[in-house]
Amino acid sequence: MPNLNINGRNMSVEAAPDTPLLWAIREQLQMTGTKFGCGAGLCGACTVHVNGEAVRSCQTSLSDVAGKKITTIEGLSAKGDHPLQKAWIAEQVPQCGYCQSGQIMQAASLLAKNPNPSKEEVVAHMDGNLCRCMTYSRIQKAIMRAASEMRTASNAGTERRAT
Amino acid sequence: MNTHVKITQSASADLSRRSFLVGSAAAGLALGYSAVPGLVGADQAFAAAGNFDPSVWYSIAPDGLVTITCGKADMGQHIASTMAQIISEELGSNWKDMRVQLASNDPKFNDPVLGAQITGGSWSTMMNFDAMSRAGAAGRMALTEAAAAAMGVPAGELVVRDSVISHPKSKKSMTFADIVKSGKATKTFTPDELKAIKLKTPDQYTMIGVSVPQLDIPSKTNGTAKYGIDVMLPGMVYGKIVTPPVRYGATVKSVDDSAAKKVPGFIKAVTLDDKTGSTTGWVVAVANTYANAQKAAAALKISYDGGPNAKLSSESLLNEARRLQSLDDSGLFFVKDGDTAAAFGTAAKVMEAEYTTSINIHAPLEPMNATAELKGDIWHIYSGNQFATRSGAIAAGAAEVDPKFVVMHQMWLGGGFGRRLDADMMVPAVQAAKAVGKPVKVIYSRENDMTMDYSRPLTFQKIKAGLDGDGRLIAINHDVVSAWPTKRWGIPDFLTPSVDKKGALDGFTVNGADFFYSVPNHNVRAILNEMAHNATPSGQLRSVAPGWTFWAVESMIDELAHASGQDPAQFRIALLDGKGKNDGGAQRLRNTLLAAMGMAGYGTKSLPKGEGMGVACVSSQERATASWTACVAHVAVAPSGEVKVRKLTVATDVGTQVHPDNIRAQVEGAALWGLSLAMYEKATLKDGGIEQTNFDTYTPLRMSQVPEVAISVIANGEKATGVGEPAVTVIAPALANAIFNACGARVRSLPITAEAVKGAMKA
Repeated sequence: MPNLNINGRNMSVEAAPDTPLLWAIREQLQMTGTKFGCGAGLCGACTVHVNGEAVRSCQTSLSDVAGKKITTIEGLSAKGDHPLQKAWIAEQVPQCGYCQSGQIMQAASLLAKNPNPSKEEVVAHMDGNLCRCMTYSRIQKAIMRAASEMRTASNAGTERRAT
Repeated sequence: MNTHVKITQSASADLSRRSFLVGSAAAGLALGYSAVPGLVGADQAFAAAGNFDPSVWYSIAPDGLVTITCGKADMGQHIASTMAQIISEELGSNWKDMRVQLASNDPKFNDPVLGAQITGGSWSTMMNFDAMSRAGAAGRMALTEAAAAAMGVPAGELVVRDSVISHPKSKKSMTFADIVKSGKATKTFTPDELKAIKLKTPDQYTMIGVSVPQLDIPSKTNGTAKYGIDVMLPGMVYGKIVTPPVRYGATVKSVDDSAAKKVPGFIKAVTLDDKTGSTTGWVVAVANTYANAQKAAAALKISYDGGPNAKLSSESLLNEARRLQSLDDSGLFFVKDGDTAAAFGTAAKVMEAEYTTSINIHAPLEPMNATAELKGDIWHIYSGNQFATRSGAIAAGAAEVDPKFVVMHQMWLGGGFGRRLDADMMVPAVQAAKAVGKPVKVIYSRENDMTMDYSRPLTFQKIKAGLDGDGRLIAINHDVVSAWPTKRWGIPDFLTPSVDKKGALDGFTVNGADFFYSVPNHNVRAILNEMAHNATPSGQLRSVAPGWTFWAVESMIDELAHASGQDPAQFRIALLDGKGKNDGGAQRLRNTLLAAMGMAGYGTKSLPKGEGMGVACVSSQERATASWTACVAHVAVAPSGEVKVRKLTVATDVGTQVHPDNIRAQVEGAALWGLSLAMYEKATLKDGGIEQTNFDTYTPLRMSQVPEVAISVIANGEKATGVGEPAVTVIAPALANAIFNACGARVRSLPITAEAVKGAMKA
C-alpha cells in the first residue's frame, strides 16, 4: 500500500503502484481540485508539483513519487491566497474554470524559479496547458501581476531583514 | 433517433399568467413565481403547502444572504452571477450578500420564455432580464412595505441601498436581515401587478453596467468548485466506456470478459441497450476505481458489426452534399424573396462559389461524465448539462421510467460549448448503475469524448450571386447542405417552418443566411444531408449555423466587391441601407463595422508586402437575437502560404452591458474560438469513425498562437443581447478576406491551411 507525502501530510492509499497519481489523488484522497483532461499529458489539467516541479499527474504513477513531496492546488497555499490565486481573482481569469488548477500549478513552478519572467518565458512555460475557454491573455496578465507582487513582497522582506 | 423522447412542457411555463409570491419559509424569506397559473395568495400557498415553496428564484436568509437559484447551465459565461446581478439591481441588495446555487430539473426553474431548461443560443441574459428584474423589484417592494410598517413611516419615504432600508427623515433603518427575521414580509403580486411594476431606467442603474466580482471565480482558483466529474457518492463505483470504431450505427456481436475478470476490482461489463438512440454499440466496464475500470475496459475483447455507416468518410459525406445541392428539388426554403431566376437573367455579372467547413469537435476540457444513483424509485443524476429538461428525459428513457422519476442535479460545467446540450452520457451511467445495483460514475476517456462527439457537422454551401451593371448586388441563391442537429432532438418546436410552408427545416443550420444586407432577390435553401446526419450525429457547437453561414456569405460578399472593383468594406456599407425589414439592424451593423474599421485603421495604413487587412460583419446568432459584430483581421502571409495573424480587431454592439468585464472576456474567448476553428481545428471521418482521438491530432489554439486582440464593446441602450457566440462567427471570413488582400489567394474551405493558401496563390 503506497504512502504519499501530499500537501505536507503522509497518507497511505489503497491502490496498485502503477496507478496514475491523478486518480489516487482524486478518488482515494478525494481531493478533486486536480482535474482529468486527456490522460496523455497533452492538456495540463492534471498538473501538480512533485518536489517543486510541475508534472502531469495522469502520466505519473504512484511508484514514481514514493518518498517525494507532492503539492496539489489544495496545498498550494493555506487559505487559497497564493499570489497567483489572488492574481487569478484580481484579473477575473476563470471562465469554466476546469483547467485553472492546472494552469495555476504550472505557473507556480515558473515563479518559484524565475521571479521576473518575460512574456516569452511565460508563453514557453505555459504552452502545454490548454484552456478551451481561451482565457490565455488573462492567464498571462495574472502571472505578471503575481510575479510583480511576489518581487515587491520579497524586496520588502529583504529590506526589513537589512535594517 | 430519439423519436420516442418527448419533452414534457410545463403548463405553467408562461410566467405572464402566474402570480409572484413573497413569503416566509423554513430558511428565511422565499421569493418566486407561484407554481400554478392564476392567482394564488401567498397566505393560501403557505396554508396549502405547509412549507412555502413557490418557484423559488431566490431566498433571503435571516443573516441577510440572498441566494439566487439559477436554472441556466453555467459553463464559464458566469450566467449565475449575471442573474444575481440583475436581481440585485432591483432588489437593492449589497453585492457581498449575493450567493448563487444551481437548479434541479424541476419544471419550476424553467426558462420563462423557452418553457424548458436549456442553455444556448446566447439567449440567457436577453430572455431572463425582464423576469429577473421584476422578481428583484417585487422583493424590494415587499421588504419596503414590511419595513414601513415596522418603522411606522410611509413606504414612499424609504430608501433601499446595500441591503439596508432607511428612512432619512427619522434616521431609522432596518437591514434586510432584520426584516426577514421579523417574518413580516409577505406579499402577493398578481400577474397584472407584476407587469405594472416600473423598472429602473438605465440612468438609474447602480449594479447593471458594473463589473462586480464574479461569484463563482474564487472557487475556481482553489479547487473547490464541483463539476460533474467531482461528484462522490457513498458506495459509488466507476464506469469506463468502450466505444466501437464507428461513430454511429455499430452493434456489439459479443463481449469476452475473461481477461477483464483478472483485473482487480472489476465488477461487470455492461452492454448498453439504448432505446433512446443516443449511443450504438457501447459497453461499460465497471470497477471499484476508475483506474481499474480503464484496465478492465482495455482487457475486454468485443466484436462488432460496423453497421451501415462503417465505410463512410468525410469525402463520401462531401460528395453526397454536392449531389444533393445539384438537385433542383432538394431542401426547404428558409428565405425566398423576389425572383432570383429572373434577376440572374438580367444580371451583368453572375458568380458562383462553393464553401466548406470540416467536422469539428467540442472537446470541453472536462470530458463527458455522469453519475447515476437509484434511491427508492427516484433516479438521481449528477452531471453538468445544458439541457436538463431533455437530459432528464434521456436518463428516463435509459432507465425505462417516466421522466418524473428522474432528478437532475446540476453541477458547474467544465466547458459546454453546446456539447452538454446532448445527453448520451446519461445512458451508460444509468444502465451501469442499474446492472450493478450501485451508484456509478461514468467518465469518458478523451478518446471516447472525441470520437463520440456530437460534432459540428461537415457543411457544404454554394452561393450564386448576380451584380447589375452598376455593381449592385441584385440576387443571391444560397444553398446550405449539412446534417441537421436540431432535427435529431425530435422536438418539433425547435424546427422552423419553411417560408412556403412545405415542411419543417432546421433553422439552426441556416441562421445568419437571412442577413441584414438589402438584396431584392434572395433564396436560401436548407438541405439535409441524410448520410452525414446518420453517420455523424451532429450537435450545436458554439455559434452553431452562423459559424458556417457567415463563412460563406462574408467571403462571397468580398469576392463580389473585388470582382466589381469596389472596396469590400464600402460595398458592405452600401448594402446595409436599412431598407424594409432590415431597418434598425442594418444601421447598427454598419455602425459596428465602421467602429472596427476605425479602431484597426482600415484603409489608412500602407502595409508591407505580404500583409493585408480583411473585414467581415455578422448578425449572429439569429435575426431576432442578433448582437452586431464586425472584425478587421490583419495577417501576414509567407510565400509558403503560412498565415501569421497579426491582430484581430472586434467591435460588437450588445445593446446594454450587464457586466462589461465579462462581456470582454466572452468576446475575446469567442474570437479566439473563431480563430481556432478557422485555422487549427479539423476532424475527419474515415471508415465511419472520427480519426482524431486526443489533443495531439485535434489541436485547439494554445497560448503561443494567441494574436493581439482589440475589442470595442458598443452599448447604445438597446436591449441586452448575447455575447458568448457571435464573435466566433466573424473571424474566419475576416481572415480569409485579409489573406486575399495580402496575397491574392482566395480560400473557401475551413480550416484554412498553408497548403490551401499556397495553392490558391496566383502563379
